Amino acid sequence: MIESVFDILLCALIVGVALAAVLGPRLFSSVVFFIVYGLFLSVAWTHLGAFDVALAEAAIGAGLTGVLLVAAVSRLDRLGVKEPAPAPPVARVTSALAAGGLSGALVLALWSLDPDGTGLAPVVEANLHASGVRNPVTAVLLNFRAYDTLIESVVLLVALVGVWSIADERHWGGEPGLRQHARPDGVLATFGRLLPPLGLLVGVYIVWTGTDDPGGAFQGGTILAAVWLLLAMAGLSDAPAITRRRLRLAVIAGPGVFLAVAAAGAVGGGFLVLPTEYAKPLIQEIEAGLALSIAATLALLVLGPPQRGPR
Amino acid sequence: MSAADLPTVVLTGAGLVFFCAGAAGMVRFPDTHSRLHALTKADNLGLGLVVLGVMFQADGVVPVLKLTLIWILAIVGSAIAAQIIARATLPADLHEDDD
Repeated sequence: MIESVFDILLCALIVGVALAAVLGPRLFSSVVFFIVYGLFLSVAWTHLGAFDVALAEAAIGAGLTGVLLVAAVSRLDRLGVKEPAPAPPVARVTSALAAGGLSGALVLALWSLDPDGTGLAPVVEANLHASGVRNPVTAVLLNFRAYDTLIESVVLLVALVGVWSIADERHWGGEPGLRQHARPDGVLATFGRLLPPLGLLVGVYIVWTGTDDPGGAFQGGTILAAVWLLLAMAGLSDAPAITRRRLRLAVIAGPGVFLAVAAAGAVGGGFLVLPTEYAKPLIQEIEAGLALSIAATLALLVLGPPQRGPR
Repeated sequence: MSAADLPTVVLTGAGLVFFCAGAAGMVRFPDTHSRLHALTKADNLGLGLVVLGVMFQADGVVPVLKLTLIWILAIVGSAIAAQIIARATLPADLHEDDD
């Protein structure tokens, strides 16, 4: 009884917050509601026992995307861009119909599932021993359906190239974002010295534990990105110029290691085939490379295109 | 209902009261600084009570330590965020040595 009251309340909150984000009067309030929406979703995933998804939703869906959207809104403010006028009714009705149709199709698809069915879980469970890891989610993401994750890691790289490509010609090859100012003895600088050791520990732990428990490169990488951003915002560590070789290597390490392992598999059995006896170390190698690249890429996405230099 | 459930219900219930007070302050108080005051004070106490309550359900010492760490991190984080937001909303003439 209490369970279903909680579920109904949570669903109502998610739908209400989603409506507030879409119908909000101003861009800023829409962004705030979008972040709250991500947090409620992650509560819902937790309640469903999908802790990996909950972590990813909280870290990337609500946290990182929220930061990117807030940064975009404040940049529009600084540039003096006015809030766009409401779209004409025809456009609004059309997009409402399209979005409503998509939601309806999703509801129908969900409805057609067998409520007592187990989906693919038994198949994953039966083959888990061959995957090299004990967390079934990691087994799917980095072994059974590794190409999804490989393509995701390349998509992140493409997103960064997109952000860099809007750089001003003068600043190409310079440092990303504006120079951050913080009082050297201020609270932010103190926080920037206090938190990183713990943040690094938690980030690396979440990447490492991902093979056996909820966690992994995306969740841990986001925490590592946050540590770097904190250092940058506290004025303790300036971001390197985007032409620096070490930065470029950090950004391509994940897809690079992933493709190398995939190609090595092609020699043995097939592209992306991991031999069972080496699967665990190979997956950990991929996760380590991915975590480095995800951390660097996400932080660089937030810092934005180069706006200073080159020196 | 086990013996550990009573303190959990009492403590998390008390924590929720503080969260409600913080939310009421957020909605009712007139300016940013008093809203911040309501949020950071009441919510940190509320979270602390919720964490204490959940500790009675924890299984062993490690989860208790993790819960304590979460509370400490949330307190430090909200204290820093409150300082930075408060500073950002200071009137321009008091704004010279800001972050």
